[in-house]
Amino acid sequence: MTINDRQNELIEEFSMFDDWMEKYEYIIDLGKEVTGIADDLKTDDYLVKGCQSRVWLIPSNKSGRVYFDADSDAIITRGLVGMVTRVLSDATPKEILESDLFFVDKIGLKEHLSPTRSNGLVSMIKKIKTYALAYTAKAN
Amino acid sequence: MLDLSKIRKDFPILHQEVNGKPLIYFDNAASTQKPKAVIDRISRYYAQEHSNIHRGVHSLSAAATEEYELARKTIQQHLNASHDHEIIFTKGTTDGINLVANGFAKSILKPGDEVLISELEHHSNIVPWQLACESSGAKLKVIPISDSGEWIMKDFYKLLSKKTKIVAVNHVSNALGTINPVNDVVDTAHRMGVPVLLDGAQAAPHMNVDVKALNCDFYVLSGHKLFGPTGVGVLYGKEEWLNKLPPYQGGGDMIKSVSFEKTEYNELPFKFEAGTPHIAGVLGMKTAIDYCNAIGFDAIAKYEHELLEYGSKKLSSIEGLTIYGTAENKASVISFLIDEIHPYDTGTILDKLGIAVRTGHHCTEPIMTRFGIPGTVRASFAFYNTKEEIDVLYEGLLRVKKMFE
Repeated sequence: MTINDRQNELIEEFSMFDDWMEKYEYIIDLGKEVTGIADDLKTDDYLVKGCQSRVWLIPSNKSGRVYFDADSDAIITRGLVGMVTRVLSDATPKEILESDLFFVDKIGLKEHLSPTRSNGLVSMIKKIKTYALAYTAKAN
Repeated sequence: MLDLSKIRKDFPILHQEVNGKPLIYFDNAASTQKPKAVIDRISRYYAQEHSNIHRGVHSLSAAATEEYELARKTIQQHLNASHDHEIIFTKGTTDGINLVANGFAKSILKPGDEVLISELEHHSNIVPWQLACESSGAKLKVIPISDSGEWIMKDFYKLLSKKTKIVAVNHVSNALGTINPVNDVVDTAHRMGVPVLLDGAQAAPHMNVDVKALNCDFYVLSGHKLFGPTGVGVLYGKEEWLNKLPPYQGGGDMIKSVSFEKTEYNELPFKFEAGTPHIAGVLGMKTAIDYCNAIGFDAIAKYEHELLEYGSKKLSSIEGLTIYGTAENKASVISFLIDEIHPYDTGTILDKLGIAVRTGHHCTEPIMTRFGIPGTVRASFAFYNTKEEIDVLYEGLLRVKKMFE
């Protein structure tokens, strides 16, 4: 599956919900399902600092494809970062760098990408792209 | 008794829906809404009266200058200051503190001196003093707080010493609502000959502030927390102290004469008001103060106390809800957490219900560190809020609890 396939899959999952309550209950469920990151790995090295909630992100690289584990202290943010890592994991650095994350807007969660929210999500996406760039440089 | 239906009509912003629900605005400690009188005053100024002040011989400039200076006079009377030149217009509380901290760093603080603040301070009453200490070699000392969010006074008495050159503390805490025993602090500091700056950003919207009764040396406040415009505030300083401090910024209006050899600075208050000020903001702030005085700060304080008592009782009845800041003497601020639910999660759901609260560390990271929490949810009330709105918050929190537990 490509990054866009996975985005479309999420959009379809969310299309089942009529109101915001159901949507957020689903995000909370996704947040609870996220494997997350073990507490002893939640160090400053992996911390993406947000003002409102904190996000941890750990990248890994297997045979040219990049994978991400992420976690947050807030459940809604954990659900959101879980969706982002689901979309962007198992892709090549090039695909990540060229990706356009349209699913957040499409499922009506754009407000969480607003910089004033400072929930760490925007910084996490930037960080993912930085890792992808670093992996590309290494490969070259 | 306040005429709530009349008061609420005065605030146009309150009558709207947010996320399909009637707006409930409980973020007043961050910024308050503006009555129509303030909005009209600003627009009338720009539509009919605008001109630069203290400069032109023409009629518009003279009239604008007169209005601007009348605002200074009104604020002098409101704060019960001795002279109108003790009222300096600033960009806000942060600007006022920076002005004083910068002056102390330049002309008073020496290596080995100490600046005394408290653990309850907003970042804006911490960082300017850290900068002042860094550049002067002075040391920053901090009055600790108790579990209820009150200063530990016996530590304050110990920390105050001959080395202390200024005590800078807040009158009311923005994060916890504690109304601090500032009279005791001022009296004790003065006995040692130490001046006191009070950060009144959170006090001025809730009570009568009398700088003579407080006997503080500096008092700072923000217009936008006082139902006035953003970008404008007041620094009150005793004449003798303002004269001791060097100018903060150079520019027009703050000079008597300029030559390349020597520039002579203007007198108070102009010495500290370089450049064209926020004239519309000053006029709007005056109107906001007039508006509040027409209601009466005693009536406001009494009503807000009712809201605080009602809200504290109602919210405490939610199982697992902990209120942070339980001082006997509090302004209408309730900072809380429900069980382990993250403030961001609570705030996001409340927003969906049309309820505006503040979440996070409220620019007071040391307090959150003190309590070992990532932040809180803060509901802060103004006189236009109602008990019915608190009921909606209560219902919203029950919903939050159900969603996250």
